[in-house]
Amino acid sequence: MSFWHKVVVITWKDTLSEMRTREIVFSVLVFTLLVIVTFNFAFGASQEMMALVAPGILWVTFAFAGVLSLNRSFIMEKEEGCLEGLMVCPISREVIYVGKMLGSLLFMLIIEVIALPIFAFLFNLEVLSPQLVVITVLTTIGFVAVGTLFSALAVNTKAREMVLPILFLPIVVPLIICAVKASGLALSGESWGGLSSWLQIIGAFDAIFLVVSFFIFAFVIEE
Amino acid sequence: MKRKILLGVSALKMVASLYLVFLYVPTEEAMGIVQRIFYFHVPVAWVAFLAFFIVFLGSILYLWKKDSKWDVIASSSAEVGVVFATLLLITGSIWAKPIWGVWWTWEPRLTTALVLWLIYIAYLIVRSFATEESRGARFAAVVGIVGFIDVPIVALAITLWRTQHPGPVIFQGGLTPPMLLTLLICISAFTTLYLLLLMQRISMKNDEIEIRRLKELCR
Repeated sequence: MSFWHKVVVITWKDTLSEMRTREIVFSVLVFTLLVIVTFNFAFGASQEMMALVAPGILWVTFAFAGVLSLNRSFIMEKEEGCLEGLMVCPISREVIYVGKMLGSLLFMLIIEVIALPIFAFLFNLEVLSPQLVVITVLTTIGFVAVGTLFSALAVNTKAREMVLPILFLPIVVPLIICAVKASGLALSGESWGGLSSWLQIIGAFDAIFLVVSFFIFAFVIEE
Repeated sequence: MKRKILLGVSALKMVASLYLVFLYVPTEEAMGIVQRIFYFHVPVAWVAFLAFFIVFLGSILYLWKKDSKWDVIASSSAEVGVVFATLLLITGSIWAKPIWGVWWTWEPRLTTALVLWLIYIAYLIVRSFATEESRGARFAAVVGIVGFIDVPIVALAITLWRTQHPGPVIFQGGLTPPMLLTLLICISAFTTLYLLLLMQRISMKNDEIEIRRLKELCR
């Protein structure tokens, strides 16, 4: 079996398990909606104010939703002893990393695809621009690249779910800054040129951390 | 013996720094007396980043060679480094209040310092929350490596973000020779202090490991 074939098997396993239980997507989706609504109450009602804070609310929401979904992904493995099962399989640790990462990416994208139109509806904004889609996809890749690594680390500690946000949020600060800035520009109709420096940073972050996490993952899940 | 010499040298440099900062160097014209905190703030910042670099090197070497002495170096450096990072934030705030009128501002350097501090904290928390020592060491090494690689990206993103809203300027003009001399002596003094504290902590950790080993033998 080739590398990508094995990766797809793991991603498919996660997807199948998710399709049957719908654990991650439903709960995280509801959480996302609730956070958006709560932020709405927090920031008051004027239309200009909402246009200003909208990108920030969007990305804080996605960051928290990402933490939740990444946590669930590895906790499930830990509970049923599946992680040991995976490690005993004749596959390299990197296959596990890429497989889990693609699974988390898929779930986050599904959540974002559903959340964005609702966000547009509640905030009265145009979100279906190609710019915003690209920003969202690139940033999500960055989230899951680092998040999969840290989530595997977090489930092996005493505090479990609590550790992931402490590790994850400082590290993805550049992603959040650039995504919020770029989203704000995209929502006000800016073309690709104005977004380029932000997208470059997001792209660089993705490339660097995909590679770094790929190589370090083995150290995290070894006993 | 080496550490006693280092202690002496460090004390000497610190006294020299105090003399230079408070008695020798002339008062800067724009900011007045408060500017003298610059001579503590910059060395502390330099040491905080140097310490994190040592954490990074120690983490890589630990994961690669699997020799626990690298982990001892990395974790000791992180503990000393977090103190300097805290001092960085405190001296930054103390300087900011009279000059800019606020305790805190989301200005690039301060914000990057804050994120550095948070990553240090994450490193230390991961160690204490692990189920066993060796796992804690490995996890912390991972955080050290990822964190250090992340810091330049954080600095870049924050600087780009903040130049859209220009903040207050730190300094007009360059450094006159007396100021430069004072700054260099202070940097040297703080670096020596860092090395002293690092060696002290490493020696303590080695003693802790030795004690644990002896306890196991006595069971």
